[in-house]
Amino acid sequence: MQTNIIIAGVGGQGILTIASIIDLAAMQQGLQVKQAEVHGMSQRGGAVESHLRISDSVIYSDLIPKGKANLILAIEPMESLRYLPFLAPDGMIVTATEPFKNINNYPDEQAIKDEITKTGKHIFVDAENLAREAGNLKAFNTVMLGAAANYIGISKEALEKAIESYFSAKGEAVVQLNIKAFRLGTAAI
Amino acid sequence: MDTQLLLGAEAIALAAIDAGISGVYAYPGTPSTEITEYIQQSPIARQKGVHSTWATNEKTAYEAALGMSYAGKRSLVCMKHVGLNVAADAFLNSAITGVNGGMVVVVADDPSMHSSQNEQDTRVYGKFAFLPVIEPSNQQETYDAIRYAFDLSEQQNLPVLFRVTTRLSHSRAVVKQQPPREENILNPSKEKRKWILLPANARNNYQQLLEKQTTLSSLSEQSFLNKTIAGNGTKAIIAFGIAYNYVMEVKQAENLDIPVLKISQYPLPDKLIKEFADKYDDILIAEEGYPVYEEYLKGYFGNKKFRGRLDGALPRTGELSPDVVAKAMGVESDAFRNIPSIVAGRPPMLCQGCSHRDVFDALNAIFSEYPEQHVFSDIGCYTLGALPPFNAINTCVDMGASVTMAKGAADAGLHPSVAVIGDSTFTHSGITGLLDAVNDKSAITLIISDNSTTAMTGGQDSAGTGKLADICKGVGVKESHIRSFVPLKKNHDENVIILKEELEYKGVSVIIAQRECVQTASRKKRQESKK
Repeated sequence: MQTNIIIAGVGGQGILTIASIIDLAAMQQGLQVKQAEVHGMSQRGGAVESHLRISDSVIYSDLIPKGKANLILAIEPMESLRYLPFLAPDGMIVTATEPFKNINNYPDEQAIKDEITKTGKHIFVDAENLAREAGNLKAFNTVMLGAAANYIGISKEALEKAIESYFSAKGEAVVQLNIKAFRLGTAAI
Repeated sequence: MDTQLLLGAEAIALAAIDAGISGVYAYPGTPSTEITEYIQQSPIARQKGVHSTWATNEKTAYEAALGMSYAGKRSLVCMKHVGLNVAADAFLNSAITGVNGGMVVVVADDPSMHSSQNEQDTRVYGKFAFLPVIEPSNQQETYDAIRYAFDLSEQQNLPVLFRVTTRLSHSRAVVKQQPPREENILNPSKEKRKWILLPANARNNYQQLLEKQTTLSSLSEQSFLNKTIAGNGTKAIIAFGIAYNYVMEVKQAENLDIPVLKISQYPLPDKLIKEFADKYDDILIAEEGYPVYEEYLKGYFGNKKFRGRLDGALPRTGELSPDVVAKAMGVESDAFRNIPSIVAGRPPMLCQGCSHRDVFDALNAIFSEYPEQHVFSDIGCYTLGALPPFNAINTCVDMGASVTMAKGAADAGLHPSVAVIGDSTFTHSGITGLLDAVNDKSAITLIISDNSTTAMTGGQDSAGTGKLADICKGVGVKESHIRSFVPLKKNHDENVIILKEELEYKGVSVIIAQRECVQTASRKKRQESKK
């Protein structure tokens, strides 16, 4: 068993929270994990990605080879397309619909949707409204994790357990908020 | 023992704590910053009283680590690759003195220049200094090799150079911990001949260092870090450091029965290399960084059986990836999609509300009155002033170079000659240049864009916070030409007037543009709301 996931977004959007929860779930399941992340200059509002690999046997490369990602989990639609060379032929794109426009030449939103649709297997998630429904916009990332939960190779129960461990230091209310957000995400697809 | 999910950088930090260090010394620099941060935040390190505050620059860090070693205790010093240029004087001479307590020098290289101005390969420095170099391939090996490096350092009485790259430093994997051990006791060295590098002593020490090379090479022969992975055929691969991961990734995925020699400790294990190389006709040399050992193994006359970055089997520059290594191994796949042409670049930019923005707005406004704009700048967030919409700076070379390049250009007759530097970069390497300008009465205007932190690397303490005006005064800048303003939109017109006055002044002037980093401010706010 091996799952390769690219998590994509913009510096400051919190993609590392999603990565950390998946890491934790994989570890709690006794799986091997490798997760390469971007620190430094790009974090200043630039495009950022994390290569996350989970396996029941040894993982050598910290980077996913091109054409081998089972899932692109994007919290910004244009960013889902930036990593297309990594997507496996039968790979899945799960992306938030809300664009993050911090550049003047942001492309036409419909054109981005069309490109994503053209790639094959894809899911658009209205994460902003679902996070609001869960009770806090900050739960945006947990909604996205829920929406992608079928494609991570780890059970939803194990992911929920990891969410509990990850947010436990912040108190029960934050845990419940994120569990709710996760479930809204899973129900949205 | 415990297993944890750690960044390569964190594995170094945890291993150093467990190996019994008494201090870490460092100046922040991507991709090395997280090592020191981990130690600063470690409850165990705090309880043990492990020193971990930031140094002013890599040279002061290096020398302090050497002093701790002189006193008999174990020390760790960390920096990014270009930081070793700053510490190079101390580094090369510490190879001549040797050490007392174990000392490990961690240098994090940045091939592909993700957050750097060059991709120099630290292994060259290892050869230059005749020191042992360790270059682990993965996070567990990193943890284990740190303990081993401290032992090697104490056995050989030498600093050990420990090279990682961005990918290893910033990637997480599960790491199993070893039982921690105690720190060394205070036991200052009494060997004056070793530490006083008068020529007579230095010649003797240097001879001993050269004689030690045979021992170091034989240690590499036996090291757990260097090993052969069996295979068949006439082709083979020698994989160095993290390149081993990419080679093994491809070997596993494609079921290739190709023999691999993994090297993670230098000087080269000569026998191991020779025995391996003699068996095969075609050997791919996979190195992350410069083709340092490819060049060496190929030799001056270019033995054609060695392939790699020099003959185009691998790209000459940039970070390796499983894809470029697969191509070099003859199993390239083209079954992947392209990035659609509508995808726009999203470069990093100054944060909304950042004080540097207001500094550049003011600078651009005043320069509209001059025929040409020449602004010498430096290393930090404000380097992003090079990008639109600001396009405000003309140079960014190395830490502190803004001050001295502005001085040299002023000496050549350029007026106004303006430098923009951050507070942390100014104390790192800008003060001595300012003293030169004062002594020469060079007509420069130095703007210290002071956000009171080392922002680009994530907001570490800045050595000059609250002291900048006093430092400039102490260096000899006239008090009437040490000005300050608060870089805010509402102060724009006033700030432009201050800039104008100082640009017209034909001497050294300093403008301190102080306003807290917006990231620091929001971090503080979050912490306060938690309380």
